Amino acid sequence: MNPRLRWRKFVSNFMLTMTGLCAIVAVSVLFFILGYLVYYGGTSINWNFFTKLPAPVGETGGGMANAIVGSAKLLALATLFGVPIGFLGAIYLAEFSGSKVAFVVRYAADLLNGAPSIVIGIFAFSIAVHPFKQFSTLAGGFALGIMMIPITLRSTEEFLLAVPRTLREGAMALGASKWKTIATVIVPAAYRGILTAILLAFARVAGETAPLLFTALGNRYWSRGWTEPTASLPVMIYNYGLSPYEDWHRQAWAAGLVLLALILVINIVARAILSRGISVPR
Amino acid sequence: MSTSSTTLPSADPLVGSRSFLSRLREGDEIVRLITFLFAASVVLITLLLVFELWQGSVLARHKFGFAFFATRVWDPNAGEFGALPFIFGTLVTSIVALLIAVPLGIGAAIFLAELAPARVSDTLEFFIDLLAAVPSVIYGLLGFLFVVPLMRDYIQPRLKDSLGFLPFFKGPAYGIGFLTAGLVLAIMVIPYIISVSREVLLSVPRDQREAALALGSTRWESTWKVVVPFARAGIMGSIFLALARALGETMAVTMVIGNTPAISASLFSPGYSIAAVIANEFSEATGDLYPQALIELGLVLFLLTFILNGLARIMILATSQRGSGMGNA
Amino acid sequence: MKRIAGILLASFGLASALLAANALTITGAGASFPYPMYSKWFDEYHKKDTNIEINYQSIGSGGGIKQVTEGTVDFGASDGPMNDDQLKAFQDKHGFAILHFPTVLGAVVPTYNIPGVTTDLNFTPEALSGIFLGKITKWNDPAIAGANKGVNLPGNDIVVVHRSDGSGTTYIWTDYLSKISDEWKSKVGKGASVNWPVGLGGKGNEGVAGLVKQTANGFGYVELIYAIQNKMPYGTVKNSSGAFIKADLAGVTAAAAGAAKSMPDDFRVSITDAPGKAAYPISSFTWLLIPAKFSDGPKRDAIKGFVKWMLADGQNYAEALSYAKLPKEVVAKEVKALDGIQ
Repeated sequence: MNPRLRWRKFVSNFMLTMTGLCAIVAVSVLFFILGYLVYYGGTSINWNFFTKLPAPVGETGGGMANAIVGSAKLLALATLFGVPIGFLGAIYLAEFSGSKVAFVVRYAADLLNGAPSIVIGIFAFSIAVHPFKQFSTLAGGFALGIMMIPITLRSTEEFLLAVPRTLREGAMALGASKWKTIATVIVPAAYRGILTAILLAFARVAGETAPLLFTALGNRYWSRGWTEPTASLPVMIYNYGLSPYEDWHRQAWAAGLVLLALILVINIVARAILSRGISVPR
Repeated sequence: MSTSSTTLPSADPLVGSRSFLSRLREGDEIVRLITFLFAASVVLITLLLVFELWQGSVLARHKFGFAFFATRVWDPNAGEFGALPFIFGTLVTSIVALLIAVPLGIGAAIFLAELAPARVSDTLEFFIDLLAAVPSVIYGLLGFLFVVPLMRDYIQPRLKDSLGFLPFFKGPAYGIGFLTAGLVLAIMVIPYIISVSREVLLSVPRDQREAALALGSTRWESTWKVVVPFARAGIMGSIFLALARALGETMAVTMVIGNTPAISASLFSPGYSIAAVIANEFSEATGDLYPQALIELGLVLFLLTFILNGLARIMILATSQRGSGMGNA
Repeated sequence: MKRIAGILLASFGLASALLAANALTITGAGASFPYPMYSKWFDEYHKKDTNIEINYQSIGSGGGIKQVTEGTVDFGASDGPMNDDQLKAFQDKHGFAILHFPTVLGAVVPTYNIPGVTTDLNFTPEALSGIFLGKITKWNDPAIAGANKGVNLPGNDIVVVHRSDGSGTTYIWTDYLSKISDEWKSKVGKGASVNWPVGLGGKGNEGVAGLVKQTANGFGYVELIYAIQNKMPYGTVKNSSGAFIKADLAGVTAAAAGAAKSMPDDFRVSITDAPGKAAYPISSFTWLLIPAKFSDGPKRDAIKGFVKWMLADGQNYAEALSYAKLPKEVVAKEVKALDGIQ
């Protein structure tokens, strides 16, 4: 083996090892984040955290009960608003539309998807807060819902289009009308992918903070109904994390752990559903 | 009842072959209409968004014109609003982020696509996708409470000692600043580079690699000199995607960048980004001009990410088309 | 599945509506300067009358002024009184005026985090303006050392921390600096948001305290209670009579003594750099910004009820949080002014 070849082989092994290192570094970051949160957050999670309202500034013993419920309400609203639009819009794109309309709608969805969340926050403020002179859970849900639309739309469309033609033809051969085919054959066939899309969209907006700053504002108490401002986990993490109070830092870690755990679990479940394959449930 | 005679739903020749009334009765037309309305609402919302951004910044745009982008001063008291410090901060942090994330990301992608056995590759990719799911505010929390002290007490002083002669590492080490923000952003965008690059690399046809190997190249050489260049456009696309993400990041950046509209060559200096200033100042921008100036910043950001995302998509498409032999390889 | 979801939703909505039936929620936003005081007050008031919830969000005085002018909150709070333009903007928008109601007196203190220095540092007006102008950059600068003989000040760079959001605390601080430094007045001026020559930006008093606490050699300005609650050292300031005063109830009350007698009808007054040997020079009133008219009767009554309570029992909670009580003359004047809210 001549020296040149030996050198090239060495370089090859070296560089490939380096790439392995890169991959390890990238993956370890995730575990580091998790570990850090579990350590700091785990020690701070207690019964108070889940059941108490925030205490006055500087006093200990408060919790984030209202923020947890607030986040749940916001996400419920977001799903109610964003998923139908994304889902039904995708049905139109996949089943009914011509290519020009499809292009325009997809383009609009991509625009929406790429918009920075703070810009969505400005938009939601001018549409849902300013005209009503009210910070509200509805406005926050609206902002988050907008962010769910593109993901739901594109993924659902993809999975609908992936349903094999034979299924459609079979249904039509049996005399089913178009919408019946969609409702009873195509959508159920693609349901895994669609569910995954919804879950992923949900997980994506669960952690969003910026759009909530100007819409849901915050609340030290329970937010009643849907038209009052509400506390939410991400905004609490933001405010508490930056403060000088040790107790608030602890609560921020706990909230971070809860939030991240929720998001990771949803992601894992979603991918597990998907990885079983897009098949006809039989 | 007439039977349908079509096979391609999206081409919809179905429409012509039955009468309108029969379609209506069978509910198809209603469903079509309803789903059309929902699809149209997506377009409507997007148009409304762009409109609000455009209209909401009209005063500022008329008052400042293009000088907005060149003015350094941001003085709400005096009514002077210049976008330069924020554009600077946004660009600097994003560039720092890419400088860190791109080598790491492409390296990892190469490993996952070329080297790792399929199961290892899929498992690692799974974890990396999870990394992309971590919300911004948690990166911000970790950034503020962990990375900032780390930078301030260990990394920045060492950088100063060794590379302090460069203008990039001058000035006091606050921990907070462009460098830290860039580092946090790098961690946030790595997953995008890895997952897109990996896909793109995987789509490079096998014969390219095999041809190189058959000609006597080492694994690395075939990867670096043949496969990666083949996928070059797609990898560039992933970088653009990462850049678009980095530009729009709000929470993580505002928690570690220092929130000061400063323009400085030093990476240790605190700064500001477009997203961060909007997050901090929007709720309190009094008067007419102030909020409009902030909305104009939002418009700028929106346009930037829009262009980058578009470019990214084109480039990724170009690579996959090349891969399947449709482009001119 | 769909039916279950529907039922859940309906019951959720019903429950929310029912809960909403009796309770009254009032939303306010603004200054972080008095946030510890207000959060305590609203908590105590809620205990007194569980039907009334006053949700106060600390977003900075600038935010308070803007949101109450926009009408998105029921009342605002600020430590920098609204200027004439802002008052006019409110009047033009709503057709009626907005009223200022002082609540407590507080102090803005210079807090620092210098490794190895645990004593209270003395700060002259020249030192304070010089540091914030960026002219004095090191702790052992003669301007600082001169007033602190015997203290071993390191040669480290000072890390200045200021507010990144529109802040009444900033207003008080810059109001003081403008009074004692012509250079500051002409270069930077006073306001809730200024063009800071140097420094890092923190959000809210909480953010500034957090940054100073975390950053070695940090130096910032915060309301007194934030330094106390976080066990952060804060220095004395030289007042107009030449005495170095450490911020406390006595110093703040002394600063307000003059204003108490000559309080204008709209309660907008500045007491920084007040005369008097015992006066702490960076003191200020802080105000609730309440619209003069409410279309919602219960809300108006609830707010007026709170202010009445605040002026009487509420004042007793102030000193435990290191805020000074309002002078008696001011309280009497405010009780009369409450009638102006319709």
